[in-house]
Amino acid sequence: MDWLSNPWPWYVGGPLIGLLVPLLLWIGNRTFGVSSSLRHVCAATCPGRSEYLNYDWKGKGLWNLFFVAGITLGGFIAATALANPHAFQLSEATRGDLAELGITNFDSIAPTGLFSWEGLASIPGFTILVIGGFLVGFGARWANGCTSGHAIMGIANFQLSSLIAVVGFFIGGLGATYFLLPLILA
Amino acid sequence: MKLLRFVPYLVVGALFGIVLSKTEVISWFRIQEMFRFQSFHMYGIIGSAVAVGIVSLYVLRRTGLRTAQGEKIEPEGKPLGTGRRYLFGGIVFGVGWALTGACPGPMFALIGNGISVAIVILLAALVGARTYAAIQHRLPH
Repeated sequence: MDWLSNPWPWYVGGPLIGLLVPLLLWIGNRTFGVSSSLRHVCAATCPGRSEYLNYDWKGKGLWNLFFVAGITLGGFIAATALANPHAFQLSEATRGDLAELGITNFDSIAPTGLFSWEGLASIPGFTILVIGGFLVGFGARWANGCTSGHAIMGIANFQLSSLIAVVGFFIGGLGATYFLLPLILA
Repeated sequence: MKLLRFVPYLVVGALFGIVLSKTEVISWFRIQEMFRFQSFHMYGIIGSAVAVGIVSLYVLRRTGLRTAQGEKIEPEGKPLGTGRRYLFGGIVFGVGWALTGACPGPMFALIGNGISVAIVILLAALVGARTYAAIQHRLPH
């Protein structure tokens, strides 16, 4: 069972993700995407008078909430039954770049100095987790989709809108990586 | 029980969560590798997922396969409009993605992986989505 618990290569994981597209369509005509779950949760809990949040979230979105509950469950299964027995591997070049920014612990899948409750109490950790998380939610709803809905589903469905969104993802991502991150971690 | 018919989505979600975790897409470091063009891994995942998606949609259209309930299969499109929401919203999303190293799918998977502080990222994302709903009339779309 080593092959299951070791990290999976891209050519196993990528095609499996691609197969979710027809699978969700076959199960119930659902279009692959995750970030609409954020809208559905807001619609269910705090719609206020927002037109954007007053719709039939159960009919449109309940499937999606089950889907994201499943993702959480899948994460739990992966971390328990299929836990990676080996140390985390990261490319030498990235280690070098990040070391210059002061990140030197590469033992876990995320930098523990930032991705922890102690990290949250620091200014860099708070910025990355809270401001970063806010921008993900705000941007995903403004852009009408995230990595799954645009970069995978939308591109596979030849949507020009998704291509524009993905270009935006990279403009923002590269800007944050090269300009913001050095400022935040300084 | 009406909720039972949603169980297949829970199962497909679990498969997605396992794949996101085992391919380490949920890792902040993998996203840094991607934005620094220092590893092919993420590009291989997204590229091969798109390729399989394209072929699958082609096959679905060609065979006229119907859903499990016998409905016609119709993937929802993303209406272009002026395209501005996609560019500007995309840029904002990209900044958040690079900072947190987590797009929405991985946020949920990280919580499942026991990285409890990811709950804060998810809550912040919900506040972000609610804020978008509140001010969307003032944003270019």
